[in-house]
Amino acid sequence: MVKDTRLSTRLWAAANWALIGFFVLNLFAMIATVVTSSFATRWLGTWFPAGWTTRWYSAAWSEFQLSDVLTVTFQIVFLVVFLSGLIGVPAAYALARRDFPGKKLIMLLFLLPLLVPPITFGIPLATVLYRTGLAGSMSGVVLANLVPTVPFVILVMIPFIEQIDTKIEAAARVFGAGTFKLFVHILLPLLMPGILAALLLVLVRTIAMFELTFLTAGPTSQTLVVALYYAVFAAGVRAVQSIDAMAVIYMVTTLVWLVIALRFVNPTQIVARAKR
Amino acid sequence: MSAPATTTPAIPLGQRLAARGLDGLTLLVLPAVLFLLALFIYPFLYGLFLSFTPKAGGALANYQRFFSDSFLYGTIATTLWLALPVTIATLLLAIPIAFRVRLMRHQRLLTTILVIPITLGTVLVAEGLLNYLGPQGWFNRTLMTLGIISSPVKLLHNYWGVMLSLVITGFPFTFLLTLSYLTGVDPALEQAGATLGAGPWDRFRHILLPLLLPGLAITFCLSFVQAFSVFPSAVLLGAPAGPTRVISIAAYQAAFEEYDYSMASAVAMIMGVVQLVIVVAVLGARGLLYRGPAGGGKG
Repeated sequence: MVKDTRLSTRLWAAANWALIGFFVLNLFAMIATVVTSSFATRWLGTWFPAGWTTRWYSAAWSEFQLSDVLTVTFQIVFLVVFLSGLIGVPAAYALARRDFPGKKLIMLLFLLPLLVPPITFGIPLATVLYRTGLAGSMSGVVLANLVPTVPFVILVMIPFIEQIDTKIEAAARVFGAGTFKLFVHILLPLLMPGILAALLLVLVRTIAMFELTFLTAGPTSQTLVVALYYAVFAAGVRAVQSIDAMAVIYMVTTLVWLVIALRFVNPTQIVARAKR
Repeated sequence: MSAPATTTPAIPLGQRLAARGLDGLTLLVLPAVLFLLALFIYPFLYGLFLSFTPKAGGALANYQRFFSDSFLYGTIATTLWLALPVTIATLLLAIPIAFRVRLMRHQRLLTTILVIPITLGTVLVAEGLLNYLGPQGWFNRTLMTLGIISSPVKLLHNYWGVMLSLVITGFPFTFLLTLSYLTGVDPALEQAGATLGAGPWDRFRHILLPLLLPGLAITFCLSFVQAFSVFPSAVLLGAPAGPTRVISIAAYQAAFEEYDYSMASAVAMIMGVVQLVIVVAVLGARGLLYRGPAGGGKG
């Protein structure tokens, strides 16, 4: 890259770093506030709380019925992950290997749910799900969450599949493998890293997916992020620290999976989803 | 021997379809297509149809009501007034920082830190900002200790709270997209400019910016659409009854507080149309830009 030692260039670089530093500092301070508050006994008008305690965690756990909420969250998330893999991977395989009339139209169909924001298509979708009686139950929440995740798996998987040599599949066909055997014995082992990466990203995104779950969930099918929204929305009824304890529990649930996901994928993949 | 025309049907239908790329394997795409037709295209069409069958009045009654009630049509301006400044601010922040980070060897740590707000989601960021930006929060405390302000700045339950939360959740997204476009530009082009004596500003102005603009147009569209559909932070951090009553709140209230799904669908359609208009305008302007290769090779 071009080296430049002029004063103006150095000043500009310093200003940029200051901007990055300011952003990251505020981000971490924001997270630290939530964590500090969740361990605080009483925190009013001082830099740090008067004392430390862990009782807000047990309070939040029973007040917000977090064991139920967490069970529901993981049931929904794992169903979404499993089903989007089951529907998405074979579709990605067909799209990577075959060229057929109308393929561009189908690709557009898979791009749209990722480009249109969830709240825009979530309201008509929730209406349909309420009319069919599916909304308010766990299956409704799972169906709504699958709308963006199935295309996401397809678009992430296509490049992975394209880089596998077709000769390997041809050899398997010569020895008499059907499509099912081909999938189980040849493609799945070869594609495992790609599938794992795609599904982990789906997992992280589904835990944090607020809008679709919020629009379709009933009282027994709330996920953690929706329960957190209601707790903040009705703040004042309960102690701030108890809500903060719940927020920390939510943060830990998402960040654990993010750390696991980052072992397999590049962080930019979480964002650059609709590259053409 | 008969005419050659009769020999064509001798090829089985299956083989003729396979020659065009349609065989058993292609059918694997069907479950995904059917799923999205049923849960994405159908709800959209159903919503469109429903918006023209209001509870009372003629086919256009919902739209007439929307555009005659300032409490409803005002939400478009409110949302635009939030989404456009946020998108421009995040882009103006993201471009210089992406240029800086491009020169780094180890980008992974920084990109990981920047992915955190996206992973945490809007609800948690709103919750955190409620503590952090409050009158007794660390942000105001620091500014007061440094002597920059004498009394706490009011950043919550107004326009600025929503704006800041949108920048925090939107900036990483914009930054990472810009970075991925920027790394696609061949560094040889910039080196050639430097060899010919162009300074940093000239290199940016005449080489990198023209190559980057098409990518920035896409980034603008995606960030704008995200910011335009703001919901949780507008409720939690803003003043949802007044200055930050955004269009998604209007749609939500119609659906889940008035139980008027027809009106809610109409609002959702209007929301989609406004997004589409801005995106089409930006992409139309993008068509006027340079769209050649960004590599430095021969040919």
